[in-house]
Amino acid sequence: MSGLSIDAVTKQFGDFRAVDDVSLSVPHGTFVCLLGPSGCGKTTLLRMIAGLEEPTSGTIALDGADITGVPTHRRNFGMVFQSLALFPHLSVGDNISYALRIRGASKQEQRKRVEDLLALIHLPGFADRPVAKLSGGQRQRVAIARALALSPKLFLLDEPLSALDAKLREAMQVELRQLQQRLGITTIVVTHDQREAMTMADLVVVMGSGRILQAAPPIEIYRRPADAFVAGFIGITNLLPADADGAGRTMVLGHAVPGLKLPAGMAKASLSVRPEDVRIVAPGAGALDGTVTFVRDLGGTIETFVQTGGTTIMAVATPRERPDVSVGQQVGIALPPESCVVLKS
Amino acid sequence: MRREPPKTAADYAPLAFPALMLTLFFVVPFSIMIAVSFFRRDPAGFYKPDFVLDNYARFLTAFFGSVLGFSLMLAVLVALCCVAIGFPFTYLLTRCARRVQTVWLVCLLSVLSLSEVIIGFSWSTLFSRTAGITNIFVALGLMDEPVALLPSFGAVLTGMVYQALPYTILVLYPALVRLDPTLLEAARTLGASPVRAFFNVVVPALRNSIVATLIMVFVFALGSYLLPQILGRPQHWTLSVLITDQAIYQSNMPFAAAMAVFLVLISLALVGLTLLIGRREEAS
Repeated sequence: MSGLSIDAVTKQFGDFRAVDDVSLSVPHGTFVCLLGPSGCGKTTLLRMIAGLEEPTSGTIALDGADITGVPTHRRNFGMVFQSLALFPHLSVGDNISYALRIRGASKQEQRKRVEDLLALIHLPGFADRPVAKLSGGQRQRVAIARALALSPKLFLLDEPLSALDAKLREAMQVELRQLQQRLGITTIVVTHDQREAMTMADLVVVMGSGRILQAAPPIEIYRRPADAFVAGFIGITNLLPADADGAGRTMVLGHAVPGLKLPAGMAKASLSVRPEDVRIVAPGAGALDGTVTFVRDLGGTIETFVQTGGTTIMAVATPRERPDVSVGQQVGIALPPESCVVLKS
Repeated sequence: MRREPPKTAADYAPLAFPALMLTLFFVVPFSIMIAVSFFRRDPAGFYKPDFVLDNYARFLTAFFGSVLGFSLMLAVLVALCCVAIGFPFTYLLTRCARRVQTVWLVCLLSVLSLSEVIIGFSWSTLFSRTAGITNIFVALGLMDEPVALLPSFGAVLTGMVYQALPYTILVLYPALVRLDPTLLEAARTLGASPVRAFFNVVVPALRNSIVATLIMVFVFALGSYLLPQILGRPQHWTLSVLITDQAIYQSNMPFAAAMAVFLVLISLALVGLTLLIGRREEAS
């Protein structure tokens, strides 16, 4: 099959199983984000793809050819490290052309490629600068250019933007996605930032405790999370306990939600409702009633926190649809059944 | 944390004691030595205050020139051997588990507790015909009969490298421990084999540490006095041996002082030259 395929890969460090029976297939030209909290095995998985770690068991294949035992330097994958790992003793140009130099490319060929890549990353004329004189964002771009020097089959990035400040990071996310689309290169990024994953990825792979919890396009992960962990990790969500009362009704916090059905045979469940789906209505008009405990008006959006039945439910609205509520007020909460995701509890 | 530069005399007070000690035990004796190097030798007594350049002039003979040349060559060779062995060793050591590193470092430190005399006589035993390592080679069938490996240049070099190696490793260790391991991994993802990546990335990234270590071992080896006498022939004796000979056995203090001053000047010049070349390369 074409593309990268990871089959039943496990990595054991002593007693600790960092990656546990992971299978994933990545078609050509896809932008994949490996997303998860620290210690979930995402970096180890990326390092195994790069050949920097050897899987304890399982195989990694590219375009049908098994590459599990191929050493890193024969794989021809571009990689950007979290530390960037730019060679401090070389200039920007020599950093970028390092891979070409190793393969014995001519001086003209090297200079041509460096110029092309510097133009690609919007740093023309930087070839002779020492790496130490660059800003954080510039170093980031140079690391990307260096990894792309040989037009690799696979572009791997390990938390590439974590060293940048928030504003620059957002800009680089867009730039990286546009670059990937222009080159059509299969890209795998490790990140713990769900916003980054949502911005860039075609396919988000959520990992936890060494396993893949869900692999799907970002909006699908957001709309239909596989479990409570994924729902909580991607975006903000209200997780509410729900149970069937035996009479065909579904009870949430002791109140029936009309129109909401649990799958057959499921008596107890967790309900994930995104804050933007929660409607604040007049008392008694919704499924639940509660007291407003806090209103966070951020200008662009307004977050309203409502205390009900021992939990706090968060609702987000834009100023145009601003519910006229203040702290201490009694309100009703409507949970549209079509936006409630039923998860196994 | 940023510290204010000292301003008042009271701020400099903690420096008073070390400054006094340095003056008393380093600046003053060294100045006396420089003065003595210009004095005239008195065959009947010790020396007479004077200002003559004879002591330095005598130095410019082929014999002392060749001894100086040999001393410098030996020190350079010891420095090169130590770094050539110590750098890869320390690099591999820093990649080992913490526990392994500790054991190695403790062993290396324990070598430092050995005196030069013990090191010298141990090696002279190991290199001897009757009890030396060649007996093992004979037992293994590698040699026909045991031979004496000393006195020889190789024995001197081995002994001095052995003595200086722990210092080399201890100086290189902190720099190599701090080295970002992803530098090497980055080179590997760019197509460099591990050995190539080591020479392309690790060595240049630590060039300053390597130069500093070379200079340290060079200066250390230049002062070597006992090992060349225990393990070598008279032609392997260093300038330090001749200085002792002149000062103690020939009672020619002014000439010994002149040689010592000259040795210091030559070493300083070489160290300065190394640093200068390093800086020029960095600028280009």
